[in-house]
Amino acid sequence: MTDEAFEGDPIQDLLPAGAVLSTRLADGEWHRLHPATPLLRGGFVFIVIAGYFISSARQQLIDLVLGAPHAHEDGDPVALLTAHGKLPLALLIIAGVLILIVVIFYLSWRVHTFRITDEVVEVRSGLLRRSLRKGRLDRIQGINIVRPFFARLFGAARLEIDVAGHDANVRLDYLSSGNADGLRLDILRLASGTREREAAKAQETKGFVEQRVADFIAPELDPNLAPPESVVKVHIGRLIGSILLHDTTFTLLVLIAAAAVGSAVTGKYFAIYALVPLVFGLGGFLFRRFTKSLRYSIASTPDGIRVGFGLLTLSNETLPPGRIHSIEVRQPILWRLPGWWEIKINRASKSNAKGADAQRNTTILPVGNLDEVLRVLGLLLPGTDEAGIASLRLGIIGRGQDGGFTNSPRRAAIVRPLSLRRNGYAEIPGVLLLRRGAVWRSLTAVPEARAQSIGVSQGPLYRALGLARVHIHTVNGPVRAELGALDRNDALAFFDTASRDVVEAVSTDATHRWRAEGTPA
Amino acid sequence: MKTRVRRVSLPNARANAHDHEVTLANRLELPGVADWQRVSPKYVYVDVISTIVVTLVLLVGTSLPALFSGVVWWWILPAVVLVIMIFVIAFVPRRVRAIGFQLRDDDLLFRRGLLFQRFVSVPYGRMQLIDITRGPVSRIVGLSDLHFVTAAASSSVAIPGLPITTAEELRDRLVALAETRRAGL
Repeated sequence: MTDEAFEGDPIQDLLPAGAVLSTRLADGEWHRLHPATPLLRGGFVFIVIAGYFISSARQQLIDLVLGAPHAHEDGDPVALLTAHGKLPLALLIIAGVLILIVVIFYLSWRVHTFRITDEVVEVRSGLLRRSLRKGRLDRIQGINIVRPFFARLFGAARLEIDVAGHDANVRLDYLSSGNADGLRLDILRLASGTREREAAKAQETKGFVEQRVADFIAPELDPNLAPPESVVKVHIGRLIGSILLHDTTFTLLVLIAAAAVGSAVTGKYFAIYALVPLVFGLGGFLFRRFTKSLRYSIASTPDGIRVGFGLLTLSNETLPPGRIHSIEVRQPILWRLPGWWEIKINRASKSNAKGADAQRNTTILPVGNLDEVLRVLGLLLPGTDEAGIASLRLGIIGRGQDGGFTNSPRRAAIVRPLSLRRNGYAEIPGVLLLRRGAVWRSLTAVPEARAQSIGVSQGPLYRALGLARVHIHTVNGPVRAELGALDRNDALAFFDTASRDVVEAVSTDATHRWRAEGTPA
Repeated sequence: MKTRVRRVSLPNARANAHDHEVTLANRLELPGVADWQRVSPKYVYVDVISTIVVTLVLLVGTSLPALFSGVVWWWILPAVVLVIMIFVIAFVPRRVRAIGFQLRDDDLLFRRGLLFQRFVSVPYGRMQLIDITRGPVSRIVGLSDLHFVTAAASSSVAIPGLPITTAEELRDRLVALAETRRAGL
């Protein structure tokens, strides 16, 4: 992995005697990445070109071996070169280019280094244009380990450290698979502010092939990492069912039916053609949703919540405590039949929120029944007691004032005809709950320590009805924490208590150093 | 500057919820919170001028159908825009007076809006940065806008129409307050 000598070991010196980090990579020195990095990062184009050349030269090779040359079609570059007797020259040029590329790859690998100190993680790279990227450990929002299929063949993995801010992640690609897990543990330990470190388990050394095979058949989640009772998994049958019953599928079927009826009535088929791109779009969305949720598991570890998924490309992410800014439990309309729910969250890092991949960043449970949802909520909101869980359950399925909910007044029926008795707010220790919707039911939970500000607003219609709307402002994401159609006085009371509780929670919050001495884990 | 706080007695929010009288008292007003700091009256000029600019742009835009089609009825569109914007401009002084803020012990309280009222409370520890901006019109009358930026885009606390020295004092004070209550995200 690295050929640098360990002279000073600044972090190790800080540790109590006998304590060691599980890898030697987080010792504050500069280290290099996996040797296959250039190939995995940018070498595929190169392989494709080589592949083309070889496949094109196949016939010549056969001829060369068998000694039976025959005529070739025009246009094939290799055939053309052979015909003109310029093949040796061409091969020489190609060899020269190859050597140049290899040298550049090697040099760029040499200068691409990273180091992890007590405070920051830094990556520097670039041959001609040097770049240095720094991320502060106490601003880490999550650490993601991605193992693309091809990289897995080399036993390599990509480590993505999400730091708060837009596209502010620091990527270490690629590391060897075992190192990636160990390094994540080390970074989380350094970030947690803990001074006690567990001794690393001695890695048993296996042969290369043996180890690769073991990597492939190993369970996605190391059973030593999390207690089994804290693990929630998504079974494939339920995943398929959830996608078939998803709102998007429903919309798709309705559109297809409408187009079919329209075509049958008018005798023209424009509607069907118009639908084709839509079907591809929505179908693609559903397919990606499916592949991204395969082998999905969520578990609690000492350093936060661990979310893993993937079949060929494996990915798992650890979210340290206090990195979840708001949570929403919601139910697409058809999921009501089997009683399924999904959980989405808002996070401070945006790094992965590109296109369809946004799902992995914000969907914390793709599908689950009520018990699983409550277990996951228990993980996401540590410190919630029995009564709190009971309130959460009522927030998801209940109505009326049970569980401490304050409902909309009866005169709000004009604006909330169906969900009048669902619509309401409650507060459990450290968490604000907003309950909405009778047909599309949802519950939004915002940890008070994460709320950025509290708002209350009123427009002319609400004024005429004596109503108001409350807002809990959090970082951007799929969850919008606001609740309308509340009694004006209730809304003002919420504003008053919530803003005071948020101030209180902010001043006592210490999750950025979640395992530092003096604070509960 | 006259403070426009309408006192509303609020015995008990819950008990009051179901037999609530629909009156003018439906306006949002925080019980027990008075002494709002208001923005400079000169901000009225800034607001009026920028509203007039917007009005002109809207008028040009909505006149295009009438100009190109030659149909007389299309002139209704810019006429409606003009009437609405005259109302908007007429209420600018009251809207400016409705903007207020207050530095409480632990949070900054901000209010604005007449027809659409909005109150926001931001704990000082949530401050990410403070921005002071000055538009061209503001600069002429010596005013500036102060933005209190948190990690949530939706917080949007922007106090307009502060004299430059006030804005800078306020910024320094808010930064000092945020320093003493430093918090994570």
